[in-house]
Amino acid sequence: MANNPISPHLQVYRPQLTSVLSISHRISGVFLAIGTVMILYWLVAASLGPAAYAEAKRCLAALPTQILLFGWTFAFFYHLCNGIRHLLWDSGRGFELETAYKSGYAAIGGAVALTLLTWLCVLTQGGGA
Amino acid sequence: MKLRSALGRVRGLGSAKNGFGHWWHQRLTAIALVPLSLWFVNAILAHMHDDHATVVNWIGSPFVSVLLIALILSLFYHAKLGLQVVIEDYLHDELYKLVALVAMKFAVAFGALLGVVAVLKISLGLA
Repeated sequence: MANNPISPHLQVYRPQLTSVLSISHRISGVFLAIGTVMILYWLVAASLGPAAYAEAKRCLAALPTQILLFGWTFAFFYHLCNGIRHLLWDSGRGFELETAYKSGYAAIGGAVALTLLTWLCVLTQGGGA
Repeated sequence: MKLRSALGRVRGLGSAKNGFGHWWHQRLTAIALVPLSLWFVNAILAHMHDDHATVVNWIGSPFVSVLLIALILSLFYHAKLGLQVVIEDYLHDELYKLVALVAMKFAVAFGALLGVVAVLKISLGLA
């Protein structure tokens, strides 16, 4: 075997904002892929008729589901904001360390703000989806 | 510095030449999903208290049906591309990797088909 460079050694690796956001992009992506089941559940219930749809609405409004949906909302907005950050990198911009940190903080701030805004809308519309 | 292993060199292994396609499709679906997913979140906020008749009437309008199908197709394709990379990066046993990739692709295809058929059933007035 050639003495290939391998990275990073997680046992001795000191996480930074950039690396934590990088792995969070993957984790949120996997979590969101699981969350597509909720979209399918809602659509299939609507396609099955009034009884199935009423049952789905009850289930989606239950507290455990609402907590999960809150998690998916944050994961969605984080993946969206950080994804836009990735698209800007793809255009060849924003690689300077200082810029990468600024855009990282912007992605977190944007995700928190959009999540809170969305759930403010949910809660002011009579509580529970 | 040699970056390739002796075994890799003797087997002549190299790029399968489809990496760019994967990379580009991930970006295309990402760009499509920015407006589609924001529209979807906004639509859910507007329609979450609708009863069945109202929501079916809304989904059944052609523009909404098309946007939902476009969302489902880009979303599941984007998920397939992302999950594929995660499995390839973290599952090192060739058999487990193969089984996981096949299972993931079947699951994603099933989800996409299920979503599209549900929307079509509604938009054809069968729900």
